[in-house]
Amino acid sequence: MNSILKFIILALPYAFMVLGFGIYDRATPYLGGMPFFYWYQILWIFLAAILTSLVYFIEDREGKKGVKA
Amino acid sequence: MSNPFNDLDYALFFAVVIIALFVGFIAYLWRKPKTMEDIQEWGLGGRRFGTVVVWFLLGGDLYTAYTLIAVPGLAASSGALAMFAITYGIMIYPIVYATMPRLYNVSKKRGYITSSDYVKDRFNSRFLGLLIGLTGVVAELPYIALQIVSISYVLRAMFLPATITLIFAFALVAIFTFVSGLRGPALTAILKDAIIWVAVIAIVIYIPYKLGGFQPIFADASKYFAAANAGGNAPLFESPTLGVGYTTLALGSALALFLYPHGVTGTLGSKDAKTIKRNASLLPLYNLLLLVVAILGIAAVVVHNGVFTKANSSFAIPYLIRDEFPTLFTSFAYAAIVVGSVVPASIMAIASANLLTRNVYLEYINPNASSRTQSWLSRFLVLVVIAASLAFSLLKVASGDIVFLQTLGGAIVLQTLPSIYISLYTRKLSKYSVGLGWLAGISVVLYDQYLVNFSGNSLTTSTFDFMYVGILGLLVNLLVVLVIHGISVALGKVKDEGIIDNSEFTIEE
Repeated sequence: MNSILKFIILALPYAFMVLGFGIYDRATPYLGGMPFFYWYQILWIFLAAILTSLVYFIEDREGKKGVKA
Repeated sequence: MSNPFNDLDYALFFAVVIIALFVGFIAYLWRKPKTMEDIQEWGLGGRRFGTVVVWFLLGGDLYTAYTLIAVPGLAASSGALAMFAITYGIMIYPIVYATMPRLYNVSKKRGYITSSDYVKDRFNSRFLGLLIGLTGVVAELPYIALQIVSISYVLRAMFLPATITLIFAFALVAIFTFVSGLRGPALTAILKDAIIWVAVIAIVIYIPYKLGGFQPIFADASKYFAAANAGGNAPLFESPTLGVGYTTLALGSALALFLYPHGVTGTLGSKDAKTIKRNASLLPLYNLLLLVVAILGIAAVVVHNGVFTKANSSFAIPYLIRDEFPTLFTSFAYAAIVVGSVVPASIMAIASANLLTRNVYLEYINPNASSRTQSWLSRFLVLVVIAASLAFSLLKVASGDIVFLQTLGGAIVLQTLPSIYISLYTRKLSKYSVGLGWLAGISVVLYDQYLVNFSGNSLTTSTFDFMYVGILGLLVNLLVVLVIHGISVALGKVKDEGIIDNSEFTIEE
């Protein structure tokens, strides 16, 4: 995989957590009784795991084909 | 209140603690090493842990008294600020993914077991290796202190006399570590997590159910927070004035975690680089538990009928459990927290002791020491490290929001980032640039902490928009690195530093 693309994928959580503070620092809308500030984090727990796994799987497939990551 | 615990409760508590830790004592039987004396064996468990063990080992490092006591404690005294720990958790793994496999590959090839080993060769500087190593060891001390102080809070919630609880906590950690080595914590970590999951799952399901769901918890807590202070902290979301403080605390903590010696030890104990990558992908899921436990800190405010002060915030979870559950379950849950504090404290102390043995004793004092001597010295140094952390448990911060013990350690260890993380990607930085950067960064951190009398406030003043001091230090650090590097470029002195070739980071043995 293009290593620039890899770094962009890995950098996404930082963009949404640090630079995105103004977006998620709010109480509404609620979900399951939780303020937005909280469930936005839950959303990102999954998104971050998915993004990192994505990079892993792509690298893994390239590794099996003998392409250098 | 009067003591609700009876003899059976105490018996259960001590039985769970001792049995869980006893598994560590017999752990040497597990995948029996050829020789227990060898330091690689004692310190890294023989470098053959697979995905599952590493998952527990690394998870065990992160999800500790910090998770169960310190973070919910901060929520109970300061509201939504505590969520920085979740934001931090989300940001850990991409950086791990980008850095640790590279460090692993070169370490396996060249037999490194500490980041100091690596820095020494990468910059061809024994002194820089020593400096980075010692920084890690010092940073580890307040983090160990956090675990030990937490144990003593739990014991106090069980009505044991405050004077003996701290001593008991120290003794427990010291004995456990001395006897078992890394193999002990690795196996105990699995059992520890099993116990913690049972306790925590029961709590995170029952408490919100009992209190009528998350909606009333947040609504009621908001009233208590409104009554306790004018504006300022609130449970629903963070005060926008602390936006920089919140995000830099999270970012700084995430960048710092795997710079600690114990982060490196846990990773280098892996079987291969893939194991690390797989874990970097899966470990974030641990954060779900962390998030609900943090919210329980908010729930503790409701049950406590008021916001906790900084001084008693570490009691938030112990009191919540004690108030809502039968004493027998409370005893079990307390035992889980204690075991969950002993194991990581032990892992941290081992990492520090390994580092002191290899990078100070072996490097500077007795290069010809036998493996056996090294192994025994490491065991002795574990005790020294644990004793040294006592100093931090006496700082003002240890009697306030103890989460700031961890952020103090983080602020220190962050200053090693250029020499460890950045050097994994470029060979052009010289020892002078990262060394002087380190000096500048550390000076900023120590001066700031001196100004607040080590009272535990890791956020700077409004001049710096309440930025986390670790990140402020790192920015100054990086600025110095860039300036010195710029001067080297101007003088035409830039060359490939050290003896490690860049290809060694990606070639798997």
